[in-house]
Amino acid sequence: MNTLKPKERMQIQRNEMPEQKPEERVHNFNEVPLGFDPEMAVLEATRCLDCKKPECIAGCPVGIDIPGFLNKIVDQDFAGAAAKIRETNFLPAICGRVCPQDQQCELVCIVGRKNKPVSIGYLERFVSDYERDNGIRTTPEVAPPTGHSMAVVGSGPAGLTAAYELRKRGHEVTVFEAFHRGGGVLVYGIPRFRLPLEVIDEDIRTLEEMGVKFQYDAIVGKSMTLDELMGPEFGFSSIFLGTGAGLPKMLGIKGENLNGIYSANEYLTRIYMMGALHFPEYVTPIHQGAKVGVIGAGNTAMDVARTAKRMGAEVTVYYRRSREEAPARKEELRHATEEFINFKFLTNPVEFIGDENYTLKAIKCEVMTLAEPDESGRRKPIGTGEFFTEDVDTVVFSLGCNVNPIIAEATPELKTDKWGVVSADRGTLETSKKGVFAGGDIITGGAKVITAMGQAKIAAQAMHDYVMSLEMETA
Amino acid sequence: MPKQFEILYREELVPKTVLFNVYAPLAARAMQAGQFIILRVTEKGERIPISISGWDSEKGTVRIILMAAGRTSTEATLLQVGDCFQDIVGPLGRRSHVEELPGTVVVIGGGYGTGAILPTARDMKALGNKVIGIIGARSDNLLLLEDEMSDICDEVFITTNDGSKGIQGFVTHALEQIVNRETVSYVLAVGPVPMMKAVSEMTRPLKIQTWVSLNAIMVDGTGMCGACRCTVGDKTRFACIHGPDFNGHEVDFAELVARQKMFLKEEKIAMDALKIEEVA
Repeated sequence: MNTLKPKERMQIQRNEMPEQKPEERVHNFNEVPLGFDPEMAVLEATRCLDCKKPECIAGCPVGIDIPGFLNKIVDQDFAGAAAKIRETNFLPAICGRVCPQDQQCELVCIVGRKNKPVSIGYLERFVSDYERDNGIRTTPEVAPPTGHSMAVVGSGPAGLTAAYELRKRGHEVTVFEAFHRGGGVLVYGIPRFRLPLEVIDEDIRTLEEMGVKFQYDAIVGKSMTLDELMGPEFGFSSIFLGTGAGLPKMLGIKGENLNGIYSANEYLTRIYMMGALHFPEYVTPIHQGAKVGVIGAGNTAMDVARTAKRMGAEVTVYYRRSREEAPARKEELRHATEEFINFKFLTNPVEFIGDENYTLKAIKCEVMTLAEPDESGRRKPIGTGEFFTEDVDTVVFSLGCNVNPIIAEATPELKTDKWGVVSADRGTLETSKKGVFAGGDIITGGAKVITAMGQAKIAAQAMHDYVMSLEMETA
Repeated sequence: MPKQFEILYREELVPKTVLFNVYAPLAARAMQAGQFIILRVTEKGERIPISISGWDSEKGTVRIILMAAGRTSTEATLLQVGDCFQDIVGPLGRRSHVEELPGTVVVIGGGYGTGAILPTARDMKALGNKVIGIIGARSDNLLLLEDEMSDICDEVFITTNDGSKGIQGFVTHALEQIVNRETVSYVLAVGPVPMMKAVSEMTRPLKIQTWVSLNAIMVDGTGMCGACRCTVGDKTRFACIHGPDFNGHEVDFAELVARQKMFLKEEKIAMDALKIEEVA
């Protein structure tokens, strides 16, 4: 029970997360935030006003009962707090680390109006870490068998969530994954200093304990069609597509295929999914020079910049708008700045210059300025006609992704927009193909982990309703 | 029942070049001519793309030919019957372009690329085309799959650089003889880049539809990373999902050669590490 009066709670200052010092952390791949200890967690949770109409719940894309789990922390029932979160969110250790709380729950937190908001994200992370570190996590309950099998395509945040939600309801679930291991973008796209592998693997292990099967090295759309998955050979009643947006957007400027230029996906996949940070013990190589340029200012661009720094480079981020417009989480920008990353704002790369061996040598940029806000309120960058060229050995571009075309190409009935984003019913997330549902970047073209999870939950419920209604029809 | 990715058959075709039959049912079940797989040899291994020279969907096997060149291909060729690959994933890439044509179809294989042209040659033959095969190697003792090519094709030309068998010279010498003799409608060339380039240069003025299979460096093989990007017709394309076959007249081969050398330094380090492991 929180015995403090609201006024007293408002006077407690936000507990800042202890972090590795920048000078130290640029030499290792360990997590930067070190986590709350129980005492700090209880004190921080005490700051919650337990509002009658908690806006934080509405601010959360999956609607976690935030005051509910904070109250359990106040009571020092950390396992209970974790269980409370897991009623709505299967991946709290992941969300506690990668969700942009500053744009969601913490943005609308009432405490934040006069003081700094409650550290909801850090507390979410604390309880799930506490559970894992103390080995008290229990396998979630599974409803009695429904007799239905569900296929989940992709093992990223959407796929893992869908698998959990479907298995919980008693369906047999098989996750098909193209890579040799699970986790999708959580593994290949997010650095270990933000999201350790053991956090992801623990969630995959939990799903396995619940009876979810994982089929790795399987390319749905190539090895088998969606019709075959729902046909007699495989026998799935319904399919969830969570294949993400794996197709990097190119710059479309001269020299983009020179040696030394990577997409963020390639750079991060080599290092984290394939283990190039341990080369040559791990055989996949990465070739990086002393001066690395990163193009873009989203979360992935920050991940790349901070990784390149840890791999020993001097790093500069080039972004055509100003710091204000940078789409990265504030914390990521702060971390990158602390880690001696240089930023060149209002700078638009226009050409890569190479030598006779097709090796990158320099980058040519145009200095930009911002126009007055347009109807959408965004300020468009416009060229000034002023250019500069500087030496660079390696460039990584992080401009977002298009939707991977493999499944849509193999499935003519699957409707997409002109960019390849799969169309899905707003209410059920069913695609234009009967029995096939979708969630995550495949239907948004690129969004957040938590958005993908929220959609996976909606789709899983709709898939459950769909297969149950099939039974009614046949009965 | 074989284990996942178990080697059921192994044959050293020529020194350092090994043919494997591997149990990989998901790769085999829907394989089409021209497609490829990605494999890993060890848990800490890298992913390399390998073209397919045959498959049996019923038995769930794929047939691949590997030449020991870099670290991973060397490790792979050391595997024996009963050993398992760490991973095999496929089919990847698009099917080779096939159609019924008025003129002759010529399929050209250079070195270990010879395996990759067999399935397409078979498809072209099944459509009723006249199919001529050309296989080239440095020397007689390095020629691959001559018998199998002879079974599929109406005629097979052999070229060796040293003249130890067939026409002395390059595959283009054989191709020259064929185009001087009859109308050729289609050429597919798979092998080392200089060979594919030379073939494309020869057919360009003759306006013969020419396909080459690009053996770019890849990581995931599903379009996710863009490591395999190449310039075709002044556009950036991904060899993994848009290819591996492209119009030979539009490919920027110089760029492809340069990109294949991107990790040359690291490749040597990885190779040295393997030697140290072997000694230990």
